[in-house]
Amino acid sequence: MTEMIYYYDGSFEGFLCCIFDSYANKEILTAICRDEDAMPTLFAARNIVTDQNHANRVFRKIVKYSPYAAELLRKGFLTCLPEKELHLYRLVVKLLKEGPGFLRNFSDEALYPVITAVRHLNGEAHLLKGFIRFSELGGVLGSEIEPKNRVLPILRSHFCARYREETFFIYDRTHKEALFYAAGKAVIRPLEFFQMAPPDETEANYRILWKRFYDTIAIKERYNPKCRRTNMPKRYWGTMTEFQDESYFKPQSSPAAVPTPGVPDGISAPGIPPTPGPSAPGSAP
Amino acid sequence: MDVLEKLTILTDAAKYDAACTSSGGTRGSKKGYIGNTSSSVAGCCHSFSADGRCVTLLKVLMTNCCVYDCKYCVNRRSNDTRRATFTPEELADLTINFYRRNYIEGLFLSSGVLRNPDYTTERMIRALRILRETYRFNGYIHAKAIPGTSPELVEQLGLLADRLSVNIELPSEAGLRTLAPDKSKQAILAPMRQIQTRNQQNKEELVKYRHAPKFAPAGQSTQLIVGATPDSDLHILRLTQGLYDKYRLKRVFYSAYVPVVEHALLPAKDVKPPLLREHRLYQADWLLRFYGFRAEELLDNHHPDFDPRVDPKCSWALNHLDFFPVEVNTADYEALLRVPGIGITSARRILTARRTGRLHLEDLRRMGVVMKRAQYFLTASGKMPNGLRFTPDSLLRGLIAAEQPLLPQQEMVQLSLFDSAGA
Repeated sequence: MTEMIYYYDGSFEGFLCCIFDSYANKEILTAICRDEDAMPTLFAARNIVTDQNHANRVFRKIVKYSPYAAELLRKGFLTCLPEKELHLYRLVVKLLKEGPGFLRNFSDEALYPVITAVRHLNGEAHLLKGFIRFSELGGVLGSEIEPKNRVLPILRSHFCARYREETFFIYDRTHKEALFYAAGKAVIRPLEFFQMAPPDETEANYRILWKRFYDTIAIKERYNPKCRRTNMPKRYWGTMTEFQDESYFKPQSSPAAVPTPGVPDGISAPGIPPTPGPSAPGSAP
Repeated sequence: MDVLEKLTILTDAAKYDAACTSSGGTRGSKKGYIGNTSSSVAGCCHSFSADGRCVTLLKVLMTNCCVYDCKYCVNRRSNDTRRATFTPEELADLTINFYRRNYIEGLFLSSGVLRNPDYTTERMIRALRILRETYRFNGYIHAKAIPGTSPELVEQLGLLADRLSVNIELPSEAGLRTLAPDKSKQAILAPMRQIQTRNQQNKEELVKYRHAPKFAPAGQSTQLIVGATPDSDLHILRLTQGLYDKYRLKRVFYSAYVPVVEHALLPAKDVKPPLLREHRLYQADWLLRFYGFRAEELLDNHHPDFDPRVDPKCSWALNHLDFFPVEVNTADYEALLRVPGIGITSARRILTARRTGRLHLEDLRRMGVVMKRAQYFLTASGKMPNGLRFTPDSLLRGLIAAEQPLLPQQEMVQLSLFDSAGA
């Protein structure tokens, strides 16, 4: 058994092929990196070519051992866990060596980092099911998100079921990909750049109504910003309608004739926290 | 009056209602319809307002005109406030457009009593009809059944809504008599009983006919106001327990009374809402529903109110030290749930994990056990944490210290040299 670094193409199938080849070549992996992150190193390294057949064989084998482990693997690959490939590889090695018994023990050393990362992914996807805000433009619903994990595959079934008669898309700014849905079909495609168009009159009107509702519903005597931050961390605010500044509520055609969204009586939502990265929709000049 | 203004007035009037959940319904999406209610077991929060409460549903009143004169309510007849009424069309349009933009999970429709309960409910039914039939809305609807509505209309409302609720508001009959002279205990309990029996009946129908129309599939809930009347926590908790046992309620909500009006029978306007008391009641409510506790175990006539310093489960544990320590490798599920710091999730994890091997203290923290509370009450493989020494007295102090950072802090006050000590 020799130690080795593997490079793969960044796809899930490619990762499964790394596992396949490590067994085929009798090598222990010390790092698994994507091709683009490749750096000259003194350690022995190998480039892995993705082979769909090999990937299928590995996945089928894991499903045979434990369908639960297969799900962990699939979801774990979507997480933002540093060196996720290596953690998942170790999980698979342990599974093939010892059988699925250890998966019951939440605090197991190989399982714990993966399962916490998957819980983080699930948690973020759950929050985003609520926090995503769509804008309607010409009959199409569009939205943008900035998640830490790749949540689009998790969100797909939820939104496709909810808006099955609609046409919509969700753009993931962090991972530069988008989920498109139309006429019962959904695809996830990479998308380098996207900028939301300013709202038309109807859209702006509903944005104002929503902001007004949000500012009014809070009870002043119970004001509790810490509780709000705990339940809805600030990093989500950047893409949410209720935290945008005034220009977000101005329609494209007649910028003058708009009532201000805030109310004197309610608690006006604070503006968006300064976020690095692309600017919020509508706030660009 | 335009929709924006109406929305402002009617949201402002509805905000004191605590219930805002979308759980309990599992309806998949349907061809030709928009929406579903099956997002997850816990429901789905779409935002959190500045007071930290979740915003799940579009929570508005149909109208804030009311013929009743309940003393504690902002919408009472004698209050000088702006009044507005949504038309059923406006309401349906607002809901569907908010829903399409994923602002909300559905509609929470309540109402002041316009003319009489039947007339009001008919208007609510009309709005829900438009939503369900014209817009083919398949999402969540929570509707208020107004005490005194005729059973036929409650039946119709239940077929349109996912969850129905009748608010008890005041936890005792005496309170009801003095503060809400237009309502009676009987008028409130009658629709609750009807909803319960109808729900039961509906379950039997569904067994026989798969496509039988569903009556309030997410059950019913109610709300109790805390702090408007002198009722003790024990009284409120007993009432809650009775409602869960006898009326099969899904939830009882507690709302800390926010003084909105100056009245001899109510707390003065500068009194702060009893938020900590409300919090303790919610904690106890969870103990009743998920942890197998009974109201009589948590409080008794000598201690009719909760200790504000520690949570109800810790209080119980401190009074039952003979029950502890619990050995995590052998204790059954019910015993694990009694340990402060172990919840449903961590108890289940312990049960599955110990099938593979013995558990040790360092495993517990990873399983989600809150060790700063649990350490006093459990052993793992016969061991307690190293160096942990305590007596019943220092135990209480330790638990209070663990709880302290979670509670709202007292405001800092500059000390003055010149104030006399007694003043």
